[in-house]
Amino acid sequence: MKRAHNDKAGLIGISRPAPVLQVWQALNIAHDEVMARDESVFILGEDVGLYGGSYRVTQGLYAKYGEWRVRDTPISENSFTGLGVGAALVGGRPIVEIMTINFALLALDAIINMAAKLRYMSGGQFKVPLVVRSPGGVARQLAAQHSQRLEHTLMNVPGLRIVAPATPQDAYWQLKQAVACDDPVIVLEHELLYFSEGPFDPGAEPPPMHAAAVRRRGRDISLIAWHRMVDVCLEAARELETDGIDAEVVDLRSLRPIDLPLLLESVSRTHRALVVEEDCRFAGAGAEIAATLNEAAFFELEAPVQRLAGRDVPIPYNARLEAASIPDAAAVVRAVRGLLGPREK
Amino acid sequence: MQRQLARQIYYDMVLARLFEQAAAEQYAQGRIAGFLHLYPGEEAVAVGTLRAADTGDYVVSTYREHVHALVWGITPEAVMAELFGKATGCSGGYGGSMHLFDAQRRFLGGYAIVGETFPVAIGVGYWLRLTEAPDAVLCYFGDGAANQGTFHESLNMAALWKLPVLFVCENNHYQIGTEIHRHTAVPEIHRHGTAYGIPGRRVDGMDVVAVYEATRMALEHVRAGNGPYLLECETYRYRGHSMADPGAYRSALEVAELRARDPIDGFRERVRREGWLEQAELEQAESEARAAVEAAVKFAEESLEPTNLEQDVYVQPLDLYDGAKA
Ligand SMILES: Cc1ncc(C[n+]2csc(CCOP(=O)(O)OP(=O)(O)O)c2C)c(N)n1
Ligand SMILES: [Mg+2]
Repeated sequence: MKRAHNDKAGLIGISRPAPVLQVWQALNIAHDEVMARDESVFILGEDVGLYGGSYRVTQGLYAKYGEWRVRDTPISENSFTGLGVGAALVGGRPIVEIMTINFALLALDAIINMAAKLRYMSGGQFKVPLVVRSPGGVARQLAAQHSQRLEHTLMNVPGLRIVAPATPQDAYWQLKQAVACDDPVIVLEHELLYFSEGPFDPGAEPPPMHAAAVRRRGRDISLIAWHRMVDVCLEAARELETDGIDAEVVDLRSLRPIDLPLLLESVSRTHRALVVEEDCRFAGAGAEIAATLNEAAFFELEAPVQRLAGRDVPIPYNARLEAASIPDAAAVVRAVRGLLGPREK
Repeated sequence: MQRQLARQIYYDMVLARLFEQAAAEQYAQGRIAGFLHLYPGEEAVAVGTLRAADTGDYVVSTYREHVHALVWGITPEAVMAELFGKATGCSGGYGGSMHLFDAQRRFLGGYAIVGETFPVAIGVGYWLRLTEAPDAVLCYFGDGAANQGTFHESLNMAALWKLPVLFVCENNHYQIGTEIHRHTAVPEIHRHGTAYGIPGRRVDGMDVVAVYEATRMALEHVRAGNGPYLLECETYRYRGHSMADPGAYRSALEVAELRARDPIDGFRERVRREGWLEQAELEQAESEARAAVEAAVKFAEESLEPTNLEQDVYVQPLDLYDGAKA
């Protein structure tokens, strides 16, 4: 699968021609670099060691760094995530891999009640430099229990930072930034993006961890997305071009915080926005983004910010139904046409 | 027992009892709010275990942790001020009774979700092994917490990787109003370690000397690189589960029977019998403890409240972290 935004337009930070890598490889390199540089970094999770990680992200690290720094764990999500919290309190910089975000539901106590709150509850005495990485999203017919998206749950927690890289370059940058960060950072990865490609330049200057990126400049509407929906929006934008609609595509890259200044700047040029998300619509991440923009950019907007989201159903196994449960490019095109109204050619 | 240690233990237990009585009074007067879980009856457990530990060790405790904090060296002033929600409290007034912390003394909290102490403790233990440090972790938990998933998950990992953790069960026989035979199929908690190959034993938690000696042995085992140990201390709490609990689920007779085995009375008698301390020394310790508690209440009353609502949610303000270090 070739990444759509190989288009020069979008990529932040990369100016010269760079080799092409897949997301998992970029993550693998980032892990290797942070582990080589900082002995307090260690990885733990199910099958991260000898097996090399379910998506090959930690491949080769066990052989290089040994079992104490690349630890295969039993299936005990709450306790091994909590182990990460405990180690982070006393000087470690653990990277916990939760095999998929679906299983992170079993670790929410460690993440929400502990990692996010310990600094505050202790009056600032401790920091919790913990990274929790986890793949999620709707993949290919994994059915309801393996297609969970958890953005909304985690976004509501003060004390957490959440990043959602969609490209190899961002995965590399944001993982390294997450490890260097003294606060707990959740790195949400998308299962369908691990083997997608993009240019990769380890020497390029990274933007701030939470900065959003304009992947495609446009005049008529801002399409705001993250993870795989960025690709969906870019595809829709190409289709809309034939209608004479010039859509801007913003890759949020971070879900807490959200890069509001960039969104406001974008909307101040386009005056319309559509948030496109894979997760269910009701009380989802898109609701937060849309509400915030409607409040903050009211006088810039020609229409209220709209949302296009996953349907409010558990994800079905059947391929046709599964595809119908989340937005695709055609749905984005329809939504944009609806928002802009009929146009003269 | 050495004179010095006997005196220390006696002082600790009296301080613990008086401190909690004062906390109850202050709660009744409205100066302390929220959930308040008191320790009278259980003093021998915190005092006996912590006096057997080294100052370099780490302590991870529950929401019933005032006494652990005091014995571990956090001042009565800082603990009482925390209960009052004052800026001078050991968590700056942000944690309260259930979340006492002291980074310098390696007192890692204060956890109010039952079963959280286990993963935190094995995390510290993991780090100690990874860095080949000589210290150990003392992990406290109640009888009720032994049915939480994290107990089993964490015991397994602690044993698997031989982590230097001493698990201390404060078995007061109740999980709020549910007596242990109604909540645990095998109420001998120390035997639960068997499933994970973790040695353990039960000790009379009303006998501070027995607790102290058992802890020394257990910590020797842990420090020698043998992995975790599970020490079950059988004890009893005199008061309700928290200030909100009138304790209607147990008889006055039951409480009276246990009070007859009071750990402080028992130790005082032992001290006299063995000639470890003179009567005057006991009285001296009592009046010092009383003065310390009075001073703590005064300090807490006079202290200022914290004012900054948003500080320390993050190390760096949310939108200012630029990842420059990365
Ligand atoms: C996960 C969780 N469930 C329930 C509670 C409510 N709760 C607080 S203390 C407690 C009883 C715990 O009993 P035990 O572990 O024996 O400790 P004790 O209070 O007797 O010291 C319960 C049910 C909680 N705090 N956390
Ligand atoms: Mg109990």
